[in-house]
Amino acid sequence: MVKKPKVASWYDPIIKSHGTPRPLAKNCLAAFCFGGALCAVAQFFQLLISQIAGVSDKDAAAIVMIIVIALAALLTGLGVFDKIAQQVGAGLAVPITGFANSIASSTLEFKSEGYVLGSGCNGFKLAGAVIFFGIGSAVVVALIALILGLV
Amino acid sequence: MSGEWWIDILKAFIVGGAFCLIGQLLFDIAKLTPAHTMSIMVTAGSILGGFGIYAKLADWAGAGATLPIISFGNMLVLGALEGAKSDGFWGIWTGILGGVSAGIAASVFFAFVIALIFKPKT
Repeated sequence: MVKKPKVASWYDPIIKSHGTPRPLAKNCLAAFCFGGALCAVAQFFQLLISQIAGVSDKDAAAIVMIIVIALAALLTGLGVFDKIAQQVGAGLAVPITGFANSIASSTLEFKSEGYVLGSGCNGFKLAGAVIFFGIGSAVVVALIALILGLV
Repeated sequence: MSGEWWIDILKAFIVGGAFCLIGQLLFDIAKLTPAHTMSIMVTAGSILGGFGIYAKLADWAGAGATLPIISFGNMLVLGALEGAKSDGFWGIWTGILGGVSAGIAASVFFAFVIALIFKPKT
């Protein structure tokens, strides 16, 4: 077993300079730029759809969200999603694309165990946490609002 | 699309980017798994939704606030409160999923289609 020397030796700075430092700043910049760009593009199409189709802002937002989810699922099926996600991290995980990808990827991954026992039973592996804590906290918040007479 | 439409897009960029930045910090600094990060964000969204803060942010930032998963918690609370407004206590349970319907329905349906068409890569 190789023991690490306790005293700092002359080659420590050299080892340090060759190691890969945690690229925190780079990760954050990538997440901010990609996530921001995704939301900006969505906002652009939201404005465009509400203008052209004459639907309300709320409906336009739902239409864009459904398209974004469909694209995220398609990219997951093509195996491209993970490659982009490795580069931009939370930029793709925090928007609804992350939710869509988690369902699409586990549905696809467990396909080999059958559509019912595999895809059906495992599809919500990660999305389940979102729904579980989302509904749980929302019920508590709504109950508090109701009890305090804020509704 | 009249007037200062590009300002709306800029707002969406800044707010959407900021939420992703927070998510990245939770990944890298707090060392949370994606499941933990998503759960925290959704819970934060429903608390902010309960105070009516998130609805104001969504008015201001548009897709920058509605696309991140935090919006999921906000929409659940808005649905529950809307139900409570019209039907009281039982309205919480009947109204809670109203706002998130599009997101869940589309995610499940397209995931199923993808599973039918594609083969797992690994």
